[in-house]
Amino acid sequence: MNEQIRATIKEIGLPRLLIAGFLLALFAVAVATHMDLRSLISDSITRVARNGILVLALLPAVQGGLGLNFGLPIGIICGLIGCVVSLNAGVMGVAGLAYATGIGLVLAIPAGVAYGWLLNRTRGQEMMVGTYLGFAIVSGMSIFWLLAPFKNPTLVWAIGGKGLRTTLALTGIYDKILDRWLAFSVAGVAIPTGALLVFGGLCFLVWLFFRTQMGISIAAARSNPRFALAAGISDQRTRIQASVLTTVLGAIGIVVYSQSFGFVQLYTAPLLMAFPAIACILIGGATVTRATIGNVVIGTLLFQSILTIALPVTSQVIEGDISETARLIIQNGMILYALTRVGKS
Amino acid sequence: MSATSTTSGNAAALELRDVVKEFEGNRVLKGVSLTVSAGEIHALVGENGAGKSTLMNILFGMPVIHETGGYGGQALLGGEAVRFKSPAEAMAAGIGMVHQEFMLLPGFRVAENIKLNREPAHPTPLTPLFGHGLDALDVPRMRRDARQALDRVGLGIDEWLPVAGLPVGHMQFVEIAREMDKERLKLLIFDEPTAVLTETEADRLLEAMRDFAARGVAVLFITHRLDEVRAAADRVTVLRDGEIVGQVDPKTTSVVRIAELMVGRPAAAAAGRRAFDAAGDAALTITKLMVDMPGEPVHDVSLTVKRGEILGIGGLAGQGKIGIANGIMGLYPASGEVLLHGEPFPLNEPRKALERGLAFVSEDRRGVGLLGEESVELNIALAALEAQGRFLRRFPIPALRPLDQGALRRHALDMIERLDIRTQGPTQQVRRLSGGNQQKVCLARAMTLEPKLLFVSEPTRGIDVGAKERVLQILVGLNRDQGVTVVMTSSELAELRSLCDRIAIVYRGRIETILPPGAPDAAFGLAMAGETAAAA
Repeated sequence: MNEQIRATIKEIGLPRLLIAGFLLALFAVAVATHMDLRSLISDSITRVARNGILVLALLPAVQGGLGLNFGLPIGIICGLIGCVVSLNAGVMGVAGLAYATGIGLVLAIPAGVAYGWLLNRTRGQEMMVGTYLGFAIVSGMSIFWLLAPFKNPTLVWAIGGKGLRTTLALTGIYDKILDRWLAFSVAGVAIPTGALLVFGGLCFLVWLFFRTQMGISIAAARSNPRFALAAGISDQRTRIQASVLTTVLGAIGIVVYSQSFGFVQLYTAPLLMAFPAIACILIGGATVTRATIGNVVIGTLLFQSILTIALPVTSQVIEGDISETARLIIQNGMILYALTRVGKS
Repeated sequence: MSATSTTSGNAAALELRDVVKEFEGNRVLKGVSLTVSAGEIHALVGENGAGKSTLMNILFGMPVIHETGGYGGQALLGGEAVRFKSPAEAMAAGIGMVHQEFMLLPGFRVAENIKLNREPAHPTPLTPLFGHGLDALDVPRMRRDARQALDRVGLGIDEWLPVAGLPVGHMQFVEIAREMDKERLKLLIFDEPTAVLTETEADRLLEAMRDFAARGVAVLFITHRLDEVRAAADRVTVLRDGEIVGQVDPKTTSVVRIAELMVGRPAAAAAGRRAFDAAGDAALTITKLMVDMPGEPVHDVSLTVKRGEILGIGGLAGQGKIGIANGIMGLYPASGEVLLHGEPFPLNEPRKALERGLAFVSEDRRGVGLLGEESVELNIALAALEAQGRFLRRFPIPALRPLDQGALRRHALDMIERLDIRTQGPTQQVRRLSGGNQQKVCLARAMTLEPKLLFVSEPTRGIDVGAKERVLQILVGLNRDQGVTVVMTSSELAELRSLCDRIAIVYRGRIETILPPGAPDAAFGLAMAGETAAAA
């Protein structure tokens, strides 16, 4: 019996159990203090749908041997350019969203190739290089946002008429357009059907991809590059394929994120966006060398629910707000924990 | 010294009483009792998976035992009950181990490795303040001790060389020299020490083992090579499926009997030979092949492989025999001219090699041969999936053709049955299989490619007797029944001679000579030493 409990704990993983326990405790407090559980759960689900694709974007990088993609902001920037271009052109609704995604994809593919090329030249340092490259590109793009020749008065600063604003409201353009599509509520809990479907659909496509010839060779090259070579696979190429895929999903992810959030955030906003996503996939049970769709879904669910619930619950119980502190401890603690496990299988 | 000459009444150097070990409900040791006397060389033989390694891990206090719930039964060292929780404790109690996979620091010098953590040192002015951690190393004495230990194991290398870059055989002897240098050694365990050694090196190792025994050290020797057991051991314990099935005197027991005990079934007759047309056309014509493979460079090899033959490539380690197949398959940079069935064959392009109907079973099973984390079925299918697009469903974009799981599973089950791969099922991770079964998976992968020409390197290295025979039978079967031309590279001359139609001996990166399998022993010996011309 004791053995069995221990085996179960090992199967699920201690960190996940702790996080799930913490989440349950938060829920218990929420119930005890008569908080509005329905809105908490609604918010949690909305945030899962909002952040899910950004977490999913990490999976191809892990499976391709690039480790956790700290360079996620590269894909995010591509998606943001897509959003800004679509807003500048004034395309509304679903067409606008598709336009933004399309531009994001067109940019993300060459960006992913270049990123992969760089990672091939800095083998073994992928996570470090990704982090710094992400930081550098976000800063470089801050200059771009200021100088870019966008003229649409709703986007540029009101005074001076030059340079994009830090946040662009999507109200009336494609604000929550996916979240609202087919949305319904069950027992007072609102379900953002469209956004969930998009997240679920992409998860399915990625799962399917890793069962195609290209997907299998990407995973094989990660697992053993010399084996791959003997089987006629070039791991230089599969790593670039993985990098393109992670960057493309990052671009799609930020477009979906922005429509759900209702704003496009520019300048330094993408700087730290890789970190919560990485914490999600790790909490879901992924390691630096192995990740599954299940890890993505479970991790996003746990981490985003904690973020949603911790703020109201803690402010109810304690005077003041420790939710941001809790977020940073969980997020960075999780990343640290994962890095201590590198090399152990 | 033999077991009978040790003084009676004294406690045995090592005694195991009813040792039991389970991994996740799977009993791998079912009550093993064993005694080893001081000065005895005790051989422990058994197929892979018989429980030998687990027994050694228990003795040496490896953490894997402790982490998986410890073990049952008792171990007594010199009459005292011991239960080690870490290798450090075991070493402090006088147990040494020569590992199958080397426990050496590659960046350190030979002498530093030998004396590691036991370095002779002088106190310095800082010692009274900070303790012995700040003593100065007595380098001359370190070198002297190391030299002595190296000489005793007959390794003539400079003790001040770094370990990284030494040939594997030398590394093995550095490990042995390290144990040799320990003064308080009571029990020394050799875990398949000869697996990576050449025949002469193996002989030297057996001598070193006798040297230990003469000093009164109890030696426990785990091996696959039964001729070595007969040459060196005083007693042999045979382990099968976690139980001791026999304890025999090797001097009076035949190798065949020991082999029978190990596998638990009568050893089958040697694989049948078949006729081959010596005047037939060439399958592969190699001219002036050069391969830049570290440790096994090929300088200038010209060789013709006849269609339908089994060609053996032999030679000592480091002479380049391994490099030939690796070069042609494109795994290491190669130059030269190669014709496959009369048509030019591109070098340095592994994928083209597969597409042109070549397949390769690498000597480096874990490094090149397998995806350890992946399933048996994927390992079997992957090369064919990549190079030939098999096991895939139709899709407009070729790279995105999805896997045909049904076809993959059917093929894997078929291979598992045909090659008698002992596995829990096609989805088991390949690294959980024993060495022999891993090798069968490698062969299955090559066979899945349906090659016209198959390269196999060291097909029986590190696998047990039963699996060895099966692997050789598979190769003969492929050749005889499906007409596959086989080029087999091996360090085991006996194996080459039992299987091959012709045997090319490689010396210093060139073909020294090509001999028929029936050539006298001396001819092979001279060829391997590069002295064919001198004999003629």
